[in-house]
Amino acid sequence: MSDKKEWPLWEVFIRGQHGMSHRHVGSLHASDNEMAMKNARDVYTRRNEGVSIWVVEAQHISASVPSEKGPMFDPAKDKVYRHPTFYELPDEAGNM
Amino acid sequence: MSALFEFLLRQGDNTLVLGHRTSEWCGTAPALEEDIALANTALDLIGQTQLWLGYAAQVEDKGRSANDLAFLRDVYDFKNVLMLETPNHDFGRTIMRQFLFDAFQVHWLTALTDSKDSHISEIAIKSVKEAKYHLERSRDTVIALGDGTEKSNVIMQSALEYLWPYAREIMSDDAVDEEIASLEIAPLPSTIHESWLQIVEPTMRDACLKIPDSNFVHNGGKTGLRHTEHLGHMLATMQVLQRSYPGVTW
Amino acid sequence: MYAQMVKSTGKGVQALEEMSREERAFQERIDRGEKIEPKEWMPDAYRKNLIRQIGQHAHSEIVGQLPEGNWITRAPTLERKANLLAKVQDEAGHGLYLYCAAETLGVSRDELFEMLHSGKMKYSSIFNYPTLTWADMGAVGWLVDGAAIMNQVPLQRTSYGPYARAMVRICKEESFHQRQGFQIMMVMANGSKDQKRMAQDALNRFWGPALMMFGPSDKDSVHSAQSMAWKIKMNSNDELRQKFVDETVPQAEYLDLKVPDENLKWNEETGHYDFSQPDWDEFYDVLKGNGPCNHERLEARKKAWDEGAWVREAMMAHAEKKAAKKQAAE
Repeated sequence: MSDKKEWPLWEVFIRGQHGMSHRHVGSLHASDNEMAMKNARDVYTRRNEGVSIWVVEAQHISASVPSEKGPMFDPAKDKVYRHPTFYELPDEAGNM
Repeated sequence: MSALFEFLLRQGDNTLVLGHRTSEWCGTAPALEEDIALANTALDLIGQTQLWLGYAAQVEDKGRSANDLAFLRDVYDFKNVLMLETPNHDFGRTIMRQFLFDAFQVHWLTALTDSKDSHISEIAIKSVKEAKYHLERSRDTVIALGDGTEKSNVIMQSALEYLWPYAREIMSDDAVDEEIASLEIAPLPSTIHESWLQIVEPTMRDACLKIPDSNFVHNGGKTGLRHTEHLGHMLATMQVLQRSYPGVTW
Repeated sequence: MYAQMVKSTGKGVQALEEMSREERAFQERIDRGEKIEPKEWMPDAYRKNLIRQIGQHAHSEIVGQLPEGNWITRAPTLERKANLLAKVQDEAGHGLYLYCAAETLGVSRDELFEMLHSGKMKYSSIFNYPTLTWADMGAVGWLVDGAAIMNQVPLQRTSYGPYARAMVRICKEESFHQRQGFQIMMVMANGSKDQKRMAQDALNRFWGPALMMFGPSDKDSVHSAQSMAWKIKMNSNDELRQKFVDETVPQAEYLDLKVPDENLKWNEETGHYDFSQPDWDEFYDVLKGNGPCNHERLEARKKAWDEGAWVREAMMAHAEKKAAKKQAAE
């Protein structure tokens, strides 16, 4: 059967009830985007998990390359001044 | 038997019998995604059955429950239309049957949301959302399979030809329907025919399928006068535990 | 459940000093508790073992639909019918999640199906046993899902990211399965004489096979050490089996059912139950294809796959026509 064309793989993103961003929940197979949407509804929202669905064909996702993890992410590690705790303020200043 | 009770049995038996048939697919559908989707449809239909038969039991007021009605009546007391008890046969026939039913059910349940009987309108409000999704899914699948390959087109055409004589029983009127209509509980089923065709015809066009010329309609399901042989086998399976071990709790 | 059945190909654990630089770095990442993600470097044997383990786990889910699916059309009430259908549907879902996890390792779902159908890949032996009465729906949920959960909960921490994430989702969904089964058992065990008999009979038939689900004794399972070093297997077979017995025996007592083991006895010293080993000859027979339902299960899967081929092809053909039309219009 390997000569037959397999339904492509889709990645599914769901936004839950509470206003959070869409989150990747898993994948599935479907012949096209419309079926992918319906399949996502049937597979990934059975327990009332979502109010909005995105589906993206997996081959259209550009992902960062694992071997370049260092240059990609390490440079952000020493930019501590982007975090609020970097700035020491006296208690008298109150919550900020 | 009151017209209302009979009317409710018709609704509940339709969803019960189709829900049962659909559940037969569990574990054997053409793809995992489809397996899960069919189970969702079956679960919706079983849920609707509980509402319809639950209300029927209440209207009858003889101490029977929804389960008593589902598991302890015999063939001649079932009021589902014949199409829904026909065997699954293959995925093509299953999905075509679902579509022909959904196309009716969406309009029918929409009409029932205005029922004078508030209990019925409540059931309809809940069920119509499910039916709309079922229709969306079954329509797209019928179109895809009709249009897909030469082979699939042949299978879908033969499914349509097999089911067509059964499809419109659900839109035939009888004395029960007339009484229900006069009480403004539901419109006459025949009034749905036009809007049903407005879904069915373009869908079949998109699916490259030809609607048969014949106007013949098999009757006998909704009245319970003459079911197909298939129903008895379905009930023998479905009711086996309740029949073999009467009166116990499960 | 299913990971316990897998034999890895390794010859025991490789020592750090025997490893290449890459292998060592990989093992150190695992030891630090880091997750391995798709497309990252991994030893070939790690990938192969994982494909086999996740694939086998996925196959077990979908073959596992069949023995319970056997009772959906005969469920005794509308409520039971819905509960059972929802549960078996979940198993299809779990199969789906796991196949997707396996696919991140560079094998397609259809390829995995082919390997199942040709007998190249196995599924858990437990599903080669028949479900004969309604009480079996109770026993399967209580014992089989109970044993499965015991293995699956630790797998949420497994080293391969997609597998761990699939397991998190699966465990969350599974939590109602065992409860559903036990509740059926409770009703049956407290029911009529016939029902009580069915309940005891189901326990009698499923006890041994449930113990076998954890795989052969560790002393006979020489290959699991490497899998444990890789954190694709989290506990030893005997450890999990003991835990299962310790948890299940009091539940059987609560049901007033008798566990079919004359040697079953609480051991004050060890703080565990002593119990008899299941019939391992039977286990290997079932593994070789001689279980009561091996033939039926595989045939059912193949039939579903073959009969569904026209549907899968037609859906794809339609999607391609639609895409071509859209492109022509643009």
